[in-house]
Amino acid sequence: MMAYTVETGCIKQISVFLENKAGTLNEMLGVISGAGVNLLALCIADTTDFGIVRLIVAGHDVDKTLAALRAAGLIARETSIICLRVSHEPGAFARVLDLLADAGISIEYAYSFCRSTLEDALLIVRPSNLDLSLEVLGSNDVPLVTQRMVDEF
Amino acid sequence: MIYQPEIECMDRESMRELQGKRLVETVAWEYANVPLYRARMDEAGVKPQDIKGIDDLSKLPFTEKTDLRDEFPFGLLAAPRSEIVRIQGSSGTTGHPIVAGYTRGDVAVWQQMVARAMSAAGVTKDDIVQVAYGYGLFTGGLGAHQGATELGAMVIPMSAGNTQRQLMMMKELGTTVLCCTPSYAIYLGETAREMGLKPGVDLHLKSGCFGAEPWTEEMRQKLESLFEFDALDIYGLTEIAGPGVAFECMEKHGMHVNEDHVIVEVIDPKTGEQLPAGTPGELVFTTITKKGQPMIRYRTHDICTLDDSPCACGRSAIRMSRITGRTDDMLVIRGVNVFPSQIEGVLVGIEGVSPHYQLEVDRVNSTDTLAVNVELTEDMFSDTVSSVEAVRRKIAEQIKSVVGISAKINLVPPKSIPRSEGKAKRVIDKRNLH
Repeated sequence: MMAYTVETGCIKQISVFLENKAGTLNEMLGVISGAGVNLLALCIADTTDFGIVRLIVAGHDVDKTLAALRAAGLIARETSIICLRVSHEPGAFARVLDLLADAGISIEYAYSFCRSTLEDALLIVRPSNLDLSLEVLGSNDVPLVTQRMVDEF
Repeated sequence: MIYQPEIECMDRESMRELQGKRLVETVAWEYANVPLYRARMDEAGVKPQDIKGIDDLSKLPFTEKTDLRDEFPFGLLAAPRSEIVRIQGSSGTTGHPIVAGYTRGDVAVWQQMVARAMSAAGVTKDDIVQVAYGYGLFTGGLGAHQGATELGAMVIPMSAGNTQRQLMMMKELGTTVLCCTPSYAIYLGETAREMGLKPGVDLHLKSGCFGAEPWTEEMRQKLESLFEFDALDIYGLTEIAGPGVAFECMEKHGMHVNEDHVIVEVIDPKTGEQLPAGTPGELVFTTITKKGQPMIRYRTHDICTLDDSPCACGRSAIRMSRITGRTDDMLVIRGVNVFPSQIEGVLVGIEGVSPHYQLEVDRVNSTDTLAVNVELTEDMFSDTVSSVEAVRRKIAEQIKSVVGISAKINLVPPKSIPRSEGKAKRVIDKRNLH
Protein backbone atom coordinates (compact mmCIF):
# COMPACT_ATOMS: atom_id res chain seq x y z
CA MET A 1 0.00 0.00 0.00
CA MET A 2 1.28 3.41 -0.98
CA ALA A 3 0.66 6.65 0.88
CA TYR A 4 0.38 9.58 -1.50
CA THR A 5 0.18 13.21 -0.49
CA VAL A 6 -0.41 16.24 -2.67
CA GLU A 7 3.38 16.78 -2.56
CA THR A 8 4.34 13.26 -3.55
CA GLY A 9 1.36 12.15 -5.61
CA CYS A 10 0.45 15.20 -7.67
CA ILE A 11 1.95 17.12 -10.52
CA LYS A 12 1.58 20.81 -11.28
CA GLN A 13 -0.67 22.05 -14.00
CA ILE A 14 -1.12 25.59 -15.31
CA SER A 15 -4.60 26.71 -16.42
CA VAL A 16 -5.04 29.74 -18.64
CA PHE A 17 -8.26 31.62 -19.43
CA LEU A 18 -8.70 32.51 -23.09
CA GLU A 19 -11.42 34.43 -24.85
CA ASN A 20 -13.09 32.61 -27.71
CA LYS A 21 -11.49 34.76 -30.36
CA ALA A 22 -9.26 34.02 -33.31
CA GLY A 23 -5.59 34.14 -32.42
CA THR A 24 -5.79 33.95 -28.62
CA LEU A 25 -4.28 30.44 -28.48
CA ASN A 26 -1.45 31.47 -30.82
CA GLU A 27 -0.78 34.48 -28.69
CA MET A 28 -0.57 32.41 -25.55
CA LEU A 29 1.73 29.85 -27.19
CA GLY A 30 3.94 32.72 -28.32
CA VAL A 31 4.25 33.93 -24.74
CA ILE A 32 5.29 30.45 -23.58
CA SER A 33 7.81 29.87 -26.34
CA GLY A 34 9.12 33.38 -25.76
CA ALA A 35 9.91 32.33 -22.20
CA GLY A 36 11.85 29.38 -23.59
CA VAL A 37 9.46 26.83 -22.11
CA ASN A 38 8.63 23.52 -23.75
CA LEU A 39 5.11 22.13 -23.36
CA LEU A 40 4.80 18.53 -22.22
CA ALA A 41 1.01 18.24 -22.44
CA LEU A 42 -1.89 20.49 -23.37
CA CYS A 43 -5.65 20.25 -23.25
CA ILE A 44 -8.26 22.80 -24.26
CA ALA A 45 -11.75 22.98 -22.77
CA ASP A 46 -13.98 25.18 -24.83
CA THR A 47 -17.40 26.67 -24.24
CA THR A 48 -19.28 28.97 -26.59
CA ASP A 49 -17.81 32.01 -24.88
CA PHE A 50 -14.42 31.15 -23.49
CA GLY A 51 -11.76 28.48 -23.31
CA ILE A 52 -9.58 27.09 -20.57
CA VAL A 53 -6.19 25.79 -21.65
CA ARG A 54 -4.43 23.39 -19.31
CA LEU A 55 -0.72 22.92 -19.62
CA ILE A 56 1.94 20.67 -18.18
CA VAL A 57 5.49 21.96 -18.16
CA ALA A 58 8.61 20.77 -16.34
CA GLY A 59 8.53 21.64 -12.61
CA HIS A 60 11.36 24.15 -12.90
CA ASP A 61 9.47 25.96 -15.68
CA VAL A 62 6.22 26.44 -13.76
CA ASP A 63 7.00 29.76 -12.09
CA LYS A 64 8.66 31.15 -15.18
CA THR A 65 5.64 30.20 -17.31
CA LEU A 66 3.14 31.71 -14.88
CA ALA A 67 5.13 34.94 -14.69
CA ALA A 68 5.34 35.23 -18.47
CA LEU A 69 1.61 34.59 -18.91
CA ARG A 70 0.67 37.14 -16.25
CA ALA A 71 3.04 39.70 -17.68
CA ALA A 72 1.23 39.27 -20.98
CA GLY A 73 -2.04 40.16 -19.26
CA LEU A 74 -3.45 36.65 -19.13
CA ILE A 75 -5.21 35.01 -16.24
CA ALA A 76 -3.27 31.90 -15.21
CA ARG A 77 -3.38 29.66 -12.20
CA GLU A 78 -1.42 26.73 -10.88
CA THR A 79 -3.29 23.65 -9.68
CA SER A 80 -2.27 20.21 -8.48
CA ILE A 81 -3.62 17.29 -10.45
CA ILE A 82 -3.11 13.57 -10.56
CA CYS A 83 -1.24 11.82 -13.34
CA LEU A 84 -2.08 8.12 -13.52
CA ARG A 85 0.24 5.57 -14.96
CA VAL A 86 -1.72 2.64 -16.39
CA SER A 87 -0.70 -0.20 -18.65
CA HIS A 88 -1.30 0.31 -22.34
CA GLU A 89 -4.20 -2.13 -22.77
CA PRO A 90 -7.96 -2.02 -23.17
CA GLY A 91 -9.82 -1.32 -19.95
CA ALA A 92 -6.83 -0.27 -17.85
CA PHE A 93 -7.93 3.35 -17.36
CA ALA A 94 -11.52 2.30 -16.70
CA ARG A 95 -10.43 -0.03 -13.91
CA VAL A 96 -8.73 2.85 -12.10
CA LEU A 97 -11.71 5.13 -12.60
CA ASP A 98 -13.95 2.42 -11.14
CA LEU A 99 -11.98 2.67 -7.90
CA LEU A 100 -12.62 6.41 -7.75
CA ALA A 101 -16.27 6.11 -8.72
CA ASP A 102 -16.80 3.50 -6.00
CA ALA A 103 -15.52 6.08 -3.51
CA GLY A 104 -18.05 8.62 -4.81
CA ILE A 105 -15.43 10.70 -6.62
CA SER A 106 -16.34 12.23 -9.95
CA ILE A 107 -13.96 13.32 -12.68
CA GLU A 108 -14.05 16.99 -13.66
CA TYR A 109 -11.84 16.38 -16.69
CA ALA A 110 -9.10 14.07 -17.96
CA TYR A 111 -6.63 14.09 -20.79
CA SER A 112 -3.71 12.02 -21.86
CA PHE A 113 -0.08 12.88 -21.61
CA CYS A 114 1.39 12.82 -25.08
CA ARG A 115 5.03 12.60 -24.28
CA SER A 116 6.27 9.49 -22.61
CA THR A 117 9.31 7.33 -22.95
CA LEU A 118 7.54 4.77 -20.79
CA GLU A 119 5.69 1.71 -21.99
CA ASP A 120 2.63 2.72 -19.95
CA ALA A 121 -0.09 5.20 -20.79
CA LEU A 122 -0.15 8.43 -18.77
CA LEU A 123 -3.46 10.05 -17.96
CA ILE A 124 -4.06 13.33 -16.22
CA VAL A 125 -7.13 13.36 -14.04
CA ARG A 126 -8.84 16.17 -12.15
CA PRO A 127 -11.01 14.46 -9.50
CA SER A 128 -13.70 16.21 -7.51
CA ASN A 129 -11.87 15.35 -4.29
CA LEU A 130 -8.10 15.36 -4.53
CA ASP A 131 -7.18 14.11 -1.04
CA LEU A 132 -9.68 11.27 -1.10
CA SER A 133 -8.54 10.26 -4.59
CA LEU A 134 -4.93 10.08 -3.45
CA GLU A 135 -5.99 7.90 -0.54
CA VAL A 136 -8.01 5.54 -2.77
CA LEU A 137 -5.29 5.31 -5.40
CA GLY A 138 -2.62 4.74 -2.76
CA SER A 139 -4.48 2.01 -0.96
CA ASN A 140 -4.98 0.22 -4.29
CA ASP A 141 -1.34 0.63 -5.25
CA VAL A 142 -2.14 2.51 -8.46
CA PRO A 143 1.13 3.94 -9.77
CA LEU A 144 1.23 7.69 -10.22
CA VAL A 145 3.62 9.88 -12.13
CA THR A 146 5.42 12.26 -9.81
CA GLN A 147 6.61 15.74 -10.52
CA ARG A 148 10.18 14.48 -10.56
CA MET A 149 9.34 11.97 -13.29
CA VAL A 150 7.68 14.71 -15.33
CA ASP A 151 10.76 16.87 -15.02
CA GLU A 152 12.86 14.06 -16.47
CA PHE A 153 10.70 13.49 -19.53
CA MET B 1 -61.69 60.67 -31.45
CA ILE B 2 -61.44 63.19 -28.66
CA TYR B 3 -62.52 61.65 -25.37
CA GLN B 4 -63.05 64.84 -23.37
CA PRO B 5 -63.19 67.73 -25.86
CA GLU B 6 -64.22 70.25 -23.17
CA ILE B 7 -60.79 69.73 -21.57
CA GLU B 8 -58.63 68.51 -24.43
CA CYS B 9 -59.66 71.38 -26.70
CA MET B 10 -59.87 74.07 -23.99
CA ASP B 11 -58.37 77.41 -25.06
CA ARG B 12 -54.79 77.89 -23.81
CA GLU B 13 -55.61 80.80 -21.51
CA SER B 14 -58.39 78.92 -19.67
CA MET B 15 -56.09 75.92 -19.37
CA ARG B 16 -53.35 78.04 -17.79
CA GLU B 17 -55.87 79.42 -15.36
CA LEU B 18 -57.06 75.94 -14.43
CA GLN B 19 -53.47 74.78 -14.04
CA GLY B 20 -52.66 77.76 -11.83
CA LYS B 21 -55.61 77.07 -9.55
CA ARG B 22 -54.72 73.39 -9.23
CA LEU B 23 -51.04 74.20 -8.69
CA VAL B 24 -51.90 76.44 -5.74
CA GLU B 25 -53.93 73.62 -4.18
CA THR B 26 -51.23 71.02 -4.81
CA VAL B 27 -48.46 73.15 -3.31
CA ALA B 28 -50.53 73.77 -0.18
CA TRP B 29 -51.31 70.03 0.10
CA GLU B 30 -47.68 69.02 -0.43
CA TYR B 31 -46.34 71.65 2.00
CA ALA B 32 -48.75 70.55 4.68
CA ASN B 33 -48.12 66.82 4.33
CA VAL B 34 -44.64 66.06 2.98
CA PRO B 35 -41.82 67.04 5.38
CA LEU B 36 -39.09 66.72 2.74
CA TYR B 37 -40.75 69.12 0.35
CA ARG B 38 -41.75 71.51 3.11
CA ALA B 39 -38.11 71.67 4.24
CA ARG B 40 -37.01 72.25 0.67
CA MET B 41 -39.47 75.10 0.20
CA ASP B 42 -38.44 76.63 3.52
CA GLU B 43 -34.83 76.40 2.46
CA ALA B 44 -35.66 78.16 -0.80
CA GLY B 45 -37.62 80.79 1.13
CA VAL B 46 -40.89 79.99 -0.64
CA LYS B 47 -44.19 79.75 1.23
CA PRO B 48 -47.37 78.23 -0.18
CA GLN B 49 -48.96 81.70 -0.21
CA ASP B 50 -46.21 82.89 -2.59
CA ILE B 51 -47.65 80.56 -5.22
CA LYS B 52 -50.61 82.38 -6.70
CA GLY B 53 -50.71 80.99 -10.21
CA ILE B 54 -48.80 79.20 -12.90
CA ASP B 55 -46.32 82.04 -13.35
CA ASP B 56 -45.01 81.29 -9.87
CA LEU B 57 -44.09 77.72 -10.80
CA SER B 58 -40.44 78.56 -11.38
CA LYS B 59 -40.09 79.71 -7.76
CA LEU B 60 -40.58 76.13 -6.58
CA PRO B 61 -37.70 73.76 -5.89
CA PHE B 62 -37.26 70.60 -7.96
CA THR B 63 -37.96 67.01 -6.95
CA GLU B 64 -35.37 64.42 -7.96
CA LYS B 65 -35.47 60.68 -8.53
CA THR B 66 -33.02 60.32 -5.64
CA ASP B 67 -35.72 61.81 -3.36
CA LEU B 68 -37.93 58.81 -4.14
CA ARG B 69 -35.06 56.50 -3.26
CA ASP B 70 -34.13 58.37 -0.07
CA GLU B 71 -37.74 58.57 1.11
CA PHE B 72 -38.52 54.97 0.11
CA PRO B 73 -41.11 53.65 0.54
CA PHE B 74 -43.67 56.06 2.01
CA GLY B 75 -41.79 59.27 2.85
CA LEU B 76 -43.29 61.23 -0.04
CA LEU B 77 -46.90 60.22 0.58
CA ALA B 78 -49.05 63.29 1.07
CA ALA B 79 -52.26 61.37 1.80
CA PRO B 80 -52.80 59.15 4.85
CA ARG B 81 -51.59 55.61 4.27
CA SER B 82 -55.16 54.32 4.63
CA GLU B 83 -56.21 56.33 1.57
CA ILE B 84 -53.62 54.62 -0.67
CA VAL B 85 -55.21 51.90 -2.79
CA ARG B 86 -52.33 51.05 -5.11
CA ILE B 87 -48.56 50.86 -5.29
CA GLN B 88 -46.69 50.83 -8.58
CA GLY B 89 -42.96 50.89 -8.97
CA SER B 90 -39.95 51.03 -11.21
CA SER B 91 -36.24 50.72 -10.85
CA GLY B 92 -34.28 53.27 -8.89
CA THR B 93 -30.73 54.33 -9.63
CA THR B 94 -29.32 51.80 -7.19
CA GLY B 95 -30.35 48.59 -5.45
CA HIS B 96 -33.97 48.97 -4.50
CA PRO B 97 -36.90 50.13 -6.59
CA ILE B 98 -38.80 53.37 -6.25
CA VAL B 99 -42.52 53.22 -5.57
CA ALA B 100 -45.49 55.51 -6.03
CA GLY B 101 -48.68 55.40 -3.97
CA TYR B 102 -52.08 56.15 -5.55
CA THR B 103 -55.32 57.14 -3.88
CA ARG B 104 -58.57 55.97 -5.44
CA GLY B 105 -58.81 59.39 -7.09
CA ASP B 106 -55.24 59.15 -8.43
CA VAL B 107 -56.02 55.81 -10.05
CA ALA B 108 -59.10 57.38 -11.65
CA VAL B 109 -57.06 60.32 -12.98
CA TRP B 110 -54.44 57.99 -14.44
CA GLN B 111 -57.16 55.85 -16.00
CA GLN B 112 -58.69 58.94 -17.59
CA MET B 113 -55.36 60.00 -19.05
CA VAL B 114 -54.87 56.58 -20.66
CA ALA B 115 -58.48 56.61 -21.89
CA ARG B 116 -57.78 59.89 -23.72
CA ALA B 117 -54.66 58.35 -25.29
CA MET B 118 -56.54 55.29 -26.43
CA SER B 119 -59.44 57.33 -27.69
CA ALA B 120 -56.93 59.27 -29.80
CA ALA B 121 -55.90 55.88 -31.21
CA GLY B 122 -59.55 55.29 -32.14
CA VAL B 123 -60.48 52.93 -29.31
CA THR B 124 -64.21 52.66 -28.51
CA LYS B 125 -66.39 50.18 -26.65
CA ASP B 126 -66.50 48.09 -29.80
CA ASP B 127 -62.77 47.41 -29.73
CA ILE B 128 -60.81 44.43 -28.49
CA VAL B 129 -57.66 45.63 -26.79
CA GLN B 130 -54.80 43.22 -26.27
CA VAL B 131 -52.52 44.37 -23.47
CA ALA B 132 -49.08 42.83 -23.92
CA TYR B 133 -47.30 45.12 -21.48
CA GLY B 134 -46.18 43.34 -18.32
CA TYR B 135 -48.68 43.42 -15.46
CA GLY B 136 -47.32 44.07 -12.00
CA LEU B 137 -45.42 46.88 -10.34
CA PHE B 138 -44.57 48.13 -13.84
CA THR B 139 -47.28 50.62 -14.82
CA GLY B 140 -47.63 49.47 -18.45
CA GLY B 141 -49.97 46.51 -18.00
CA LEU B 142 -52.43 47.86 -15.47
CA GLY B 143 -52.30 51.36 -16.99
CA ALA B 144 -53.37 50.20 -20.44
CA HIS B 145 -55.87 47.79 -18.90
CA GLN B 146 -57.65 50.52 -16.93
CA GLY B 147 -57.67 53.00 -19.80
CA ALA B 148 -59.24 50.50 -22.17
CA THR B 149 -61.74 49.48 -19.48
CA GLU B 150 -62.78 53.10 -18.97
CA LEU B 151 -63.65 53.28 -22.67
CA GLY B 152 -65.67 50.09 -22.36
CA ALA B 153 -63.46 48.11 -24.71
CA MET B 154 -62.98 44.36 -24.35
CA VAL B 155 -59.59 43.86 -22.72
CA ILE B 156 -57.41 40.79 -23.23
CA PRO B 157 -54.92 40.99 -20.34
CA MET B 158 -52.16 38.90 -21.94
CA SER B 159 -49.20 40.54 -20.15
CA ALA B 160 -45.80 40.35 -21.86
CA GLY B 161 -44.21 37.34 -23.53
CA ASN B 162 -45.45 34.02 -24.87
CA THR B 163 -45.46 35.26 -28.44
CA GLN B 164 -47.15 32.28 -30.12
CA ARG B 165 -50.04 32.50 -27.68
CA GLN B 166 -50.30 36.27 -28.15
CA LEU B 167 -50.68 35.78 -31.89
CA MET B 168 -53.13 32.92 -31.51
CA MET B 169 -55.38 35.10 -29.31
CA MET B 170 -54.91 38.07 -31.62
CA LYS B 171 -56.20 35.97 -34.52
CA GLU B 172 -58.89 33.94 -32.76
CA LEU B 173 -60.40 36.78 -30.71
CA GLY B 174 -59.99 39.37 -33.43
CA THR B 175 -57.88 41.90 -31.53
CA THR B 176 -58.24 45.41 -32.96
CA VAL B 177 -55.81 47.35 -30.76
CA LEU B 178 -52.42 46.28 -29.44
CA CYS B 179 -50.67 47.84 -26.43
CA CYS B 180 -47.07 46.89 -25.64
CA THR B 181 -43.52 48.14 -26.01
CA PRO B 182 -42.69 49.07 -29.63
CA SER B 183 -39.83 46.59 -29.81
CA TYR B 184 -42.07 43.74 -28.68
CA ALA B 185 -44.71 44.85 -31.18
CA ILE B 186 -42.16 44.54 -33.98
CA TYR B 187 -41.21 41.11 -32.70
CA LEU B 188 -44.87 40.10 -32.69
CA GLY B 189 -45.30 41.46 -36.21
CA GLU B 190 -42.28 39.64 -37.56
CA THR B 191 -43.31 36.40 -35.91
CA ALA B 192 -46.82 36.80 -37.34
CA ARG B 193 -45.33 37.13 -40.81
CA GLU B 194 -43.19 34.03 -40.28
CA MET B 195 -46.29 32.12 -39.20
CA GLY B 196 -48.07 33.24 -42.35
CA LEU B 197 -50.62 35.42 -40.51
CA LYS B 198 -51.68 38.20 -42.88
CA PRO B 199 -53.04 41.62 -41.90
CA GLY B 200 -56.57 42.07 -43.22
CA VAL B 201 -57.03 38.30 -43.51
CA ASP B 202 -55.95 36.73 -40.21
CA LEU B 203 -55.20 39.82 -38.16
CA HIS B 204 -57.45 42.84 -37.85
CA LEU B 205 -55.52 45.45 -35.89
CA LYS B 206 -56.48 49.05 -36.54
CA SER B 207 -54.05 50.74 -34.16
CA GLY B 208 -51.59 50.33 -31.32
CA CYS B 209 -50.37 52.39 -28.36
CA PHE B 210 -46.67 51.80 -27.84
CA GLY B 211 -44.50 53.16 -25.08
CA ALA B 212 -42.30 52.47 -22.06
CA GLU B 213 -39.17 52.83 -24.19
CA PRO B 214 -37.85 55.33 -26.72
CA TRP B 215 -38.51 54.53 -30.36
CA THR B 216 -38.03 56.09 -33.75
CA GLU B 217 -39.94 57.11 -36.86
CA GLU B 218 -38.25 54.19 -38.69
CA MET B 219 -39.72 51.80 -36.13
CA ARG B 220 -43.14 53.32 -36.69
CA GLN B 221 -42.89 52.76 -40.42
CA LYS B 222 -41.77 49.19 -39.86
CA LEU B 223 -44.62 48.50 -37.42
CA GLU B 224 -47.22 50.07 -39.68
CA SER B 225 -46.09 47.98 -42.63
CA LEU B 226 -46.06 44.79 -40.54
CA PHE B 227 -49.61 45.20 -39.20
CA GLU B 228 -51.10 47.71 -41.67
CA PHE B 229 -52.43 49.90 -38.87
CA ASP B 230 -51.66 53.17 -37.04
CA ALA B 231 -48.82 52.95 -34.52
CA LEU B 232 -48.97 55.70 -31.88
CA ASP B 233 -46.55 56.74 -29.17
CA ILE B 234 -47.62 57.00 -25.54
CA TYR B 235 -45.42 58.50 -22.82
CA GLY B 236 -45.43 58.26 -19.08
CA LEU B 237 -43.47 57.52 -15.97
CA THR B 238 -44.37 55.87 -12.70
CA GLU B 239 -43.32 58.88 -10.66
CA ILE B 240 -45.98 61.04 -12.35
CA ALA B 241 -48.73 58.46 -13.01
CA GLY B 242 -47.68 55.88 -15.57
CA PRO B 243 -48.39 55.71 -19.30
CA GLY B 244 -50.77 58.39 -20.54
CA VAL B 245 -48.98 61.48 -19.25
CA ALA B 246 -48.73 62.38 -22.95
CA PHE B 247 -49.91 60.67 -26.09
CA GLU B 248 -49.91 60.95 -29.87
CA CYS B 249 -52.99 61.69 -31.91
CA MET B 250 -53.53 60.49 -35.48
CA GLU B 251 -51.50 63.46 -36.73
CA LYS B 252 -48.44 61.57 -35.39
CA HIS B 253 -46.62 64.80 -34.80
CA GLY B 254 -45.78 65.02 -31.10
CA MET B 255 -47.49 63.82 -27.94
CA HIS B 256 -50.25 65.89 -26.34
CA VAL B 257 -49.63 66.42 -22.64
CA ASN B 258 -52.62 65.94 -20.32
CA GLU B 259 -52.20 69.46 -19.05
CA ASP B 260 -55.21 69.54 -16.75
CA HIS B 261 -53.43 66.87 -14.66
CA VAL B 262 -49.77 67.71 -15.16
CA ILE B 263 -47.84 70.89 -15.90
CA VAL B 264 -44.95 70.31 -18.27
CA GLU B 265 -41.81 72.42 -18.45
CA VAL B 266 -38.58 72.09 -20.37
CA ILE B 267 -35.56 73.42 -18.52
CA ASP B 268 -31.89 73.93 -19.09
CA PRO B 269 -30.49 70.91 -17.21
CA LYS B 270 -27.48 72.91 -16.01
CA THR B 271 -29.08 76.15 -14.81
CA GLY B 272 -32.61 74.93 -14.12
CA GLU B 273 -34.02 77.88 -16.11
CA GLN B 274 -37.26 77.37 -18.02
CA LEU B 275 -36.79 77.18 -21.78
CA PRO B 276 -39.31 78.37 -24.39
CA ALA B 277 -41.20 75.95 -26.64
CA GLY B 278 -39.04 74.82 -29.53
CA THR B 279 -35.83 74.67 -27.50
CA PRO B 280 -34.67 71.20 -26.45
CA GLY B 281 -34.04 70.63 -22.75
CA GLU B 282 -34.91 68.47 -19.77
CA LEU B 283 -38.55 67.55 -19.24
CA VAL B 284 -40.00 68.50 -15.85
CA PHE B 285 -43.49 67.55 -14.66
CA THR B 286 -45.68 68.81 -11.85
CA THR B 287 -48.77 66.82 -10.96
CA ILE B 288 -51.73 69.04 -10.12
CA THR B 289 -54.53 66.61 -9.36
CA LYS B 290 -52.71 63.83 -7.52
CA LYS B 291 -53.26 63.45 -3.78
CA GLY B 292 -51.35 60.28 -2.85
CA GLN B 293 -47.86 61.14 -3.96
CA PRO B 294 -47.85 64.46 -5.80
CA MET B 295 -44.67 65.49 -7.57
CA ILE B 296 -43.68 69.11 -7.83
CA ARG B 297 -41.23 69.98 -10.60
CA TYR B 298 -40.05 66.41 -10.98
CA ARG B 299 -36.95 66.21 -13.14
CA THR B 300 -37.29 63.33 -15.58
CA HIS B 301 -33.79 63.61 -17.10
CA ASP B 302 -35.47 62.93 -20.45
CA ILE B 303 -34.55 65.40 -23.18
CA CYS B 304 -37.19 66.65 -25.56
CA THR B 305 -38.74 69.74 -27.17
CA LEU B 306 -42.19 71.24 -26.61
CA ASP B 307 -44.45 72.47 -29.41
CA ASP B 308 -47.30 74.85 -28.55
CA SER B 309 -48.49 75.41 -32.12
CA PRO B 310 -52.08 74.35 -32.87
CA CYS B 311 -52.56 70.72 -33.86
CA ALA B 312 -54.78 69.73 -36.79
CA CYS B 313 -56.57 67.19 -34.58
CA GLY B 314 -58.28 70.00 -32.66
CA ARG B 315 -56.66 69.35 -29.29
CA SER B 316 -55.15 72.46 -27.76
CA ALA B 317 -52.80 70.63 -25.39
CA ILE B 318 -49.11 71.32 -25.83
CA ARG B 319 -47.14 68.58 -27.55
CA MET B 320 -43.81 67.05 -26.59
CA SER B 321 -41.44 65.54 -29.13
CA ARG B 322 -40.06 62.04 -28.93
CA ILE B 323 -37.46 61.66 -26.21
CA THR B 324 -34.18 62.42 -27.93
CA GLY B 325 -31.82 61.57 -25.12
CA ARG B 326 -31.08 61.59 -21.40
CA THR B 327 -29.22 64.00 -19.16
CA ASP B 328 -28.01 61.04 -17.10
CA ASP B 329 -26.80 57.58 -18.06
CA MET B 330 -30.13 55.74 -17.67
CA LEU B 331 -30.86 53.11 -20.30
CA VAL B 332 -34.23 51.69 -21.19
CA ILE B 333 -33.82 48.00 -21.96
CA ARG B 334 -36.89 45.97 -22.88
CA GLY B 335 -38.96 48.68 -21.22
CA VAL B 336 -37.02 48.47 -17.95
CA ASN B 337 -35.05 51.46 -16.66
CA VAL B 338 -31.46 50.45 -16.06
CA PHE B 339 -28.71 52.54 -14.50
CA PRO B 340 -25.10 51.43 -14.95
CA SER B 341 -24.64 52.20 -11.24
CA GLN B 342 -27.03 49.35 -10.39
CA ILE B 343 -24.84 46.87 -12.27
CA GLU B 344 -21.72 48.31 -10.70
CA GLY B 345 -23.32 47.85 -7.28
CA VAL B 346 -23.92 44.18 -8.02
CA LEU B 347 -20.36 43.60 -9.22
CA VAL B 348 -18.62 45.23 -6.28
CA GLY B 349 -20.84 43.20 -3.98
CA ILE B 350 -19.54 39.87 -5.27
CA GLU B 351 -16.25 38.82 -3.77
CA GLY B 352 -13.40 38.37 -6.23
CA VAL B 353 -15.23 40.10 -9.05
CA SER B 354 -13.56 42.99 -10.76
CA PRO B 355 -15.50 46.27 -10.80
CA HIS B 356 -14.26 46.88 -14.34
CA TYR B 357 -17.21 46.36 -16.59
CA GLN B 358 -18.83 47.53 -19.76
CA LEU B 359 -22.45 47.27 -20.82
CA GLU B 360 -23.28 46.44 -24.40
CA VAL B 361 -26.85 47.11 -25.40
CA ASP B 362 -28.10 45.98 -28.77
CA ARG B 363 -31.31 45.11 -30.53
CA VAL B 364 -31.40 41.62 -32.03
CA ASN B 365 -34.56 40.44 -33.80
CA SER B 366 -36.35 43.52 -32.42
CA THR B 367 -35.53 42.57 -28.85
CA ASP B 368 -33.12 44.52 -26.66
CA THR B 369 -30.16 42.55 -25.43
CA LEU B 370 -27.86 43.42 -22.56
CA ALA B 371 -24.38 41.99 -22.33
CA VAL B 372 -22.18 42.79 -19.36
CA ASN B 373 -18.48 42.41 -20.00
CA VAL B 374 -16.67 41.75 -16.73
CA GLU B 375 -12.94 41.47 -16.37
CA LEU B 376 -11.92 38.14 -14.93
CA THR B 377 -9.59 38.10 -11.95
CA GLU B 378 -7.43 35.24 -10.71
CA ASP B 379 -9.72 34.89 -7.70
CA MET B 380 -12.64 34.12 -10.00
CA PHE B 381 -10.73 31.72 -12.18
CA SER B 382 -9.98 28.06 -11.70
CA ASP B 383 -9.10 25.17 -13.95
CA THR B 384 -12.63 23.81 -14.41
CA VAL B 385 -15.29 25.08 -16.79
CA SER B 386 -17.99 24.45 -14.18
CA SER B 387 -16.44 26.82 -11.65
CA VAL B 388 -16.03 29.62 -14.20
CA GLU B 389 -19.62 29.05 -15.34
CA ALA B 390 -20.72 29.24 -11.71
CA VAL B 391 -19.17 32.72 -11.42
CA ARG B 392 -21.01 33.82 -14.54
CA ARG B 393 -24.27 32.40 -13.30
CA LYS B 394 -23.90 34.11 -9.95
CA ILE B 395 -23.32 37.50 -11.58
CA ALA B 396 -26.25 36.99 -13.97
CA GLU B 397 -28.60 35.93 -11.16
CA GLN B 398 -27.75 38.93 -9.01
CA ILE B 399 -28.15 41.36 -11.89
CA LYS B 400 -31.49 39.76 -12.68
CA SER B 401 -32.64 40.12 -9.09
CA VAL B 402 -31.48 43.73 -8.66
CA VAL B 403 -32.13 45.19 -12.11
CA GLY B 404 -34.96 42.91 -13.17
CA ILE B 405 -33.66 41.89 -16.56
CA SER B 406 -31.56 39.03 -17.87
CA ALA B 407 -28.07 39.86 -19.00
CA LYS B 408 -25.47 37.82 -20.78
CA ILE B 409 -22.24 37.87 -18.81
CA ASN B 410 -19.04 37.84 -20.83
CA LEU B 411 -15.90 37.22 -18.85
CA VAL B 412 -13.01 39.00 -20.53
CA PRO B 413 -9.30 39.11 -19.80
CA PRO B 414 -8.02 41.65 -17.28
CA LYS B 415 -7.35 45.17 -18.56
CA SER B 416 -9.14 44.41 -21.82
CA ILE B 417 -11.91 46.93 -21.09
CA PRO B 418 -10.61 50.32 -22.21
CA ARG B 419 -9.80 52.81 -19.46
CA SER B 420 -10.15 56.26 -20.80
CA GLU B 421 -8.50 59.32 -19.35
CA GLY B 422 -11.68 60.93 -18.14
CA LYS B 423 -15.02 59.21 -17.76
CA ALA B 424 -14.90 55.50 -18.42
CA LYS B 425 -16.92 54.38 -21.42
CA ARG B 426 -19.27 52.18 -19.47
CA VAL B 427 -22.00 51.79 -22.02
CA ILE B 428 -21.99 50.89 -25.68
CA ASP B 429 -25.50 51.31 -27.03
CA LYS B 430 -25.71 49.96 -30.56
CA ARG B 431 -29.48 50.44 -30.91
CA ASN B 432 -29.43 53.88 -32.53
CA LEU B 433 -32.69 54.98 -30.91
CA HIS B 434 -32.51 58.73 -31.30
